[in-house]
Amino acid sequence: MLGYYLDLAIRSLKRSPGLTLLMILIVAFGVGASMTSYSVFRAVSGDPIPWKSSRLFVPQIDIWGPKGRLDASNNNDPPDAMDYLDAAALMRDHRGKYQSAMYRVSPSIVPPDPHMHPINVGGHAVYSEFFAMLDVPFKFGSGWGADSDAQRAAVVVINAKLNQKLFGGGNSVGKTLDIDGKDYRIVGVLDNWTPKPVYYDVVNTGGFTTDQEDVFLPFTRAIDVGMPNDGNTNCAEVPKTPGFVGLQQSPCVWISYMVELDDKAAVSAYKNYLDGYFNDQKASGRFNWPLNNRLRDLPAWLASEHVVPSDTKVSLVVALGLLVACLVNTAGLLLAKFLRRSAEIGVRRALGAPRMAIYTQFLIEAGMVGFTGGLLGLLLTWVGIHGIGWVLPKEIASLARVDLGLLALTLLVAVAATMLAGLYPTFRASRVQPALQLKTN
Amino acid sequence: MTLHPMIAALRKHKAGVVLIALQIALTLAIVCNAIFIIYARIQNVQRPTGMDENNLFLITQQWVGAPSGDDPASIQKLDAMLREDVNALRAMPDVESVTPINSMPLFPSSWNGSIALKPGEELREGNARTTYYFGDESLMKTLGLHLIAGRNFSAADVTNKGFRDPAEANMVIVTKALADKLYPHGDAVGKAVYLDGSNKPSTIIGEVERLQVPSVSSWASSFVWNSTIEPVRLNSNFSRYAVRTKPGRLDAVMRQVPSTLYGVNPMRVLDDDSVKSFKDIRAEAYRADIGMAALMGVICLILLAVTAAGIVGLTSFWVGQRHRQIGVRRALGARKIDILHYFQLENLLIAGGGALFGIALAIGLNRVLMSKFEMESMPVYYVLAGLAVVVLLGQIAVFVPARRASNVPPVAATRSA
Repeated sequence: MLGYYLDLAIRSLKRSPGLTLLMILIVAFGVGASMTSYSVFRAVSGDPIPWKSSRLFVPQIDIWGPKGRLDASNNNDPPDAMDYLDAAALMRDHRGKYQSAMYRVSPSIVPPDPHMHPINVGGHAVYSEFFAMLDVPFKFGSGWGADSDAQRAAVVVINAKLNQKLFGGGNSVGKTLDIDGKDYRIVGVLDNWTPKPVYYDVVNTGGFTTDQEDVFLPFTRAIDVGMPNDGNTNCAEVPKTPGFVGLQQSPCVWISYMVELDDKAAVSAYKNYLDGYFNDQKASGRFNWPLNNRLRDLPAWLASEHVVPSDTKVSLVVALGLLVACLVNTAGLLLAKFLRRSAEIGVRRALGAPRMAIYTQFLIEAGMVGFTGGLLGLLLTWVGIHGIGWVLPKEIASLARVDLGLLALTLLVAVAATMLAGLYPTFRASRVQPALQLKTN
Repeated sequence: MTLHPMIAALRKHKAGVVLIALQIALTLAIVCNAIFIIYARIQNVQRPTGMDENNLFLITQQWVGAPSGDDPASIQKLDAMLREDVNALRAMPDVESVTPINSMPLFPSSWNGSIALKPGEELREGNARTTYYFGDESLMKTLGLHLIAGRNFSAADVTNKGFRDPAEANMVIVTKALADKLYPHGDAVGKAVYLDGSNKPSTIIGEVERLQVPSVSSWASSFVWNSTIEPVRLNSNFSRYAVRTKPGRLDAVMRQVPSTLYGVNPMRVLDDDSVKSFKDIRAEAYRADIGMAALMGVICLILLAVTAAGIVGLTSFWVGQRHRQIGVRRALGARKIDILHYFQLENLLIAGGGALFGIALAIGLNRVLMSKFEMESMPVYYVLAGLAVVVLLGQIAVFVPARRASNVPPVAATRSA
């Protein structure tokens, strides 16, 4: 039966090629535009570490109180980063399974090759547990141990790209690297690890950035040698003493913090610890405002930081609106097309075809329009994703990809949407009164 | 022509009418919101920064193994290195003017704070938020700013300090927007202000017409014209220089910069992004805005084309369906123009009805976008313009099938359908 209906559908579509082509084009453009927007949205709103994101938490302590919340837009949130004093205290207390305070650095490197000019790199000063907490993949070597944190050791982990640039991609573990004029021993080379967004420090990177993460070195070492922070510094008051040391003594916030908590009990224990920490500080006279801490898991944290650019969401909403408009349009055209064949339906019904048969026949016809439109839509999506780099910023556009899932989804959306649009016209077609049609002819 | 028979006819195919009307409504809602987004972005991009943007570029460089800049001796060392660079750049052929500077309008790095009329205010309170620019006596000339009151800094006014030193200069130049906010009577020059909650006054010695802040993000939109210039060379392990060249010599000078600076001191980082023309800085800052406008434009075009095609398709079907009736009307004396008008009026009726619904939908969509995505409220004339566009689009789309209908000969009345 299916073969027969397919044959009927093809004949019917061939009979009015203009109308058929119009419907296919409309479906294709609707699907192409919305899938292009969706692919960008998917790329920026995806979970950067899906297997673990619900176990990674960002603590926030309200060290500024009400005076730090002058713009009403932030929902009474405490500062979204930490000052040095509290970050160091939390690291010392060490209440999570893994945790790391971190800040962005931008040191210079003198390449081992004497013919190369010095280069500037980006990276983070982190604690040893950073690598285990975020399941960072290594190509050679590994991260450093807790003892290196304590000893403020001059060790460094570099990314695959920098390893390629400086050492031709070979195993450089054990070699020496000149960072800001001081020698560091390379202990690990990452296996091309470039998470997007840079979820472990969205405060200092903005989440989506074209800046590279080339080096990771011990937090304690970076503080020790006075390697300045290269990110946002937010202050509720001007530091009393100048310099990077003054910043460390000030209540300015510039450090990101992340902690791994594996189960509910650990989360509530940590929350209690955090609240207790605040209350202790309050009791000692540091704060005079009520407790207002936060402990968000990674997805909630990314949402509260508005990491997904609102432009991406607006485009998705508008493109979905376009898809709906295209479907309404297709529904109208299918209605016209189906009802034009009332006579044919009348004959078939009179010859004993049940309503169900009419339904199947016309839904198959609608589905065929959808499928063909979807195929063309695939092409348009492909063009859209490759063309989006012309209009969107690099750090966003480069993330949108065509993959098998997207291809399947595009076809599915096209077929399902067109059949949905064909439901009412099909219903109307199945209601055609056979007697009436036969009489008028 | 009375509307009564037309409405009676429309009731015969309700579904088609509803679908066209819905299509018009959706088109209206999406198109006027999209146009509103486009207009807002274009307005953003087109605002002048207040600088003379031609023949201007920015250098960002970092010294390798430079002193930390936390103690007085190392600050003086860094300042000497900075002045050496500035002198070398000033000595280059075709260079008009050079200033050390911490950032520039539209450049993604900014120093923001507050400015107050009273000493010791909380940093986040004060009377106005502002961006700080730090440069020397050549900053005004290099950026091409218009001084409208008071005077420029002299070489003797310029001091230097470490990058993280909270001390404030004892004189500033502010933008007119900021001066008017602090001193609404237009007499800001000569008055004292307190920067970043400082207890030490700084005197306003001049006013510039306009100078935009670096950030183009929404968080900076409340103080986008509030800039304060301090006559200070900031000393750190990195430095920036703004350079104005003779007209037409921008590219030539930019190419020469790396060798000149390496000549002064090779132990520094200069990479692909280090020497950037202001044109490129502007393009990067507004890339997202221009992209969004382009995307909305493409979606509008697709939508309008789809809607027009749908109207043509459905009206053609109706014309085919009513072939005989049209013949009867013609046989009874209706002129071609009457038939044409009939279909045009019918479309006007449907499009009008759809558009009324579309107005509600457009305002609703705007409210949703406002509540979720920090969008502005859409002025009424956007909706009215959108209404005109969709009604006109309907009339254009219906013309082709309507003309075909008007060409149906009266003899069609005698033939069976």
